[in-house]
Amino acid sequence: MTLVLELDSVQQVYGSGEAAVHALRGIDLAVEAGDYVAIMGPSGSGKSTLMNLLGCLDIASHGTYSLAGHDVAALTENELATVRNREIGFIFQSFNLIARMSALANVELPLIYGGVGRGERRTRALAALDSVGLAARSGHEPQELSGGQQQRVAIARALVTNPTLILADEPTGNLDNESTDDILGLFDSLAAQGKTIVIITHEDHVAERAHRVITISDGLIVDDRLNTHAPKAAGTAVHA
Amino acid sequence: MSLFEILVSALRGVTANKLRSILTLLGVMIGVASVILLLAVGNGSAQEVKSAISGLGANTITVRASGMGGGGGQESTTATTDKVITTEVADRLAAAGLGHVSSVTPQVSTSLTVSSTEASSDSVSIVGTTPGYFEVGTTGIGTGEAFTAADVTTSAKVAVIGQTLATTLFPTGSALGEAVTIDGTPFTVVGVLESQSSTGATDANSVVIAPITRIQKSFTGFGAVSTLSIEATDSDSVDAAEAEIEIMLNQLLGQTEDDESYSIGNQASLLETQEESADSFTVLLGVVAAISLLVGGIGVTNVMLVSVTERTKEIGIRKALGATRGAILGQFLAEAATLTLLGGVLGVAAALVGANYEIYGTQPVVLDYSIPLALGVSVAIGVFFGVYPAARAAAMRPIQALRAV
Repeated sequence: MTLVLELDSVQQVYGSGEAAVHALRGIDLAVEAGDYVAIMGPSGSGKSTLMNLLGCLDIASHGTYSLAGHDVAALTENELATVRNREIGFIFQSFNLIARMSALANVELPLIYGGVGRGERRTRALAALDSVGLAARSGHEPQELSGGQQQRVAIARALVTNPTLILADEPTGNLDNESTDDILGLFDSLAAQGKTIVIITHEDHVAERAHRVITISDGLIVDDRLNTHAPKAAGTAVHA
Repeated sequence: MSLFEILVSALRGVTANKLRSILTLLGVMIGVASVILLLAVGNGSAQEVKSAISGLGANTITVRASGMGGGGGQESTTATTDKVITTEVADRLAAAGLGHVSSVTPQVSTSLTVSSTEASSDSVSIVGTTPGYFEVGTTGIGTGEAFTAADVTTSAKVAVIGQTLATTLFPTGSALGEAVTIDGTPFTVVGVLESQSSTGATDANSVVIAPITRIQKSFTGFGAVSTLSIEATDSDSVDAAEAEIEIMLNQLLGQTEDDESYSIGNQASLLETQEESADSFTVLLGVVAAISLLVGGIGVTNVMLVSVTERTKEIGIRKALGATRGAILGQFLAEAATLTLLGGVLGVAAALVGANYEIYGTQPVVLDYSIPLALGVSVAIGVFFGVYPAARAAAMRPIQALRAV
């Protein structure tokens, strides 16, 4: 199996001297292609910091992080933007759709930054919306959609570039139970299609759907287990 | 991303906060409109000056005696007689057969009180000349007729008077055939001039024109004339005629070029001077308008800064989706440029509408180049004043931008 991402003794320190905050104290982690990983932990455990590192939104202070073969620390700002565009599909807790832009335009956005032509962009964006069951709503703006629908648009946006890694940060945190089931069902089917998913959550019932559950606490991985109860379990944990 | 798409997405950004965009746009619009309109007013007044001057006759060359003030008799007698232009000199100049000169009209002038039985008028400009005066330039006879060459020969006491003077002295009836008294000497009115356009403080319609011999005999004496109005054969010959006259006059007066007993000029040079002053007036107006455009530009910076702050989250999302620094910079620059371009287009429209109306008695004439200039400048201002806010947006770190509420 090929490794999608690999962290080697990654530390993240904010500030310096006495006031230094060690958000991550040394994380070793490897995720294989097709894996469905949940990262759990209480607030302040460092899981958001980890998410930012995995998403190439931030650079680790120490250690190496390679994503799809790129050593992230060695990349320039523009190269990082390209990696975010091509390799990562983000799904956020608060959906983060851009207001006053139709669902279709929101889904097209990563393709615009990826330099995809107009015609192909439209086709791919519509296909992505169709895959989350929202093709009929493509012309609607975010404020005209329910929370669950907005998150599905966000998932379509994450999928449209066919990224190496789908990175979800508390994707069901702002949703009711019904929408949560809906979205988690989508993740299940994505995992079944062989997509690599990393989901950050503090909710057990969300983590239970993943094939592998990693728990971090105080900036360190304290537990890393395979989830045998997960539906259609297919992943294998690899300890780096 | 095609240009069209950039424009569409920029428009979306601009329309996101309509009221704010409209207010900013208004600032640019007023700036652009005032640039075009004030340049048009300046240009309009320049053209009015031009047409007023060309109405005076572009063929006319004027020779003025230096230091001859109002042409008063006192001064003429004190001047060295062989170096002043007299009617005799004028006659000899006319008879010299200069190739580019078609007529020479001498004038003497003074300022006196004119009265009729009903009223009187002070400080009326009195011009003594020959009938040729009525053919040079635009001084035409309205009613009655001009005095004749015979009147000049006989020093007849006849006069042609201006319209204002005619109505002042003869409020109840026609001035024709009536008598006026100039400083005690009675004259018969044979004609009234057409109404003249006045420039400056003097009323061109308050004037008496009489045979030069009579004016000299009664008021100024037979010394120097104050002015020679010389008609060139056509407007292209003005410069050649001027050179001929200068040589001939120097011969006749027995002087060299260095002596300055007279000055020579033509309408063309007057026209140039007037145009220059009108042009500098236009530039001045343009500068004032440009300042208002600048203020509009600062408004753009302000609104873009607010927009960047407000849309920090959006910038973060876009960066997370793979927008490069350049893409964000381009987006905000395009929005600023779109804002100012819209303002520019509306400003041009407002200026074109405004140019249909008279402004302070001047009909604006829109300069062709001012429209593309103002539009170009407005877009340039959008880019220039948008650079700072856009650079701020582009420099945001995605993680911090995403954290914004």
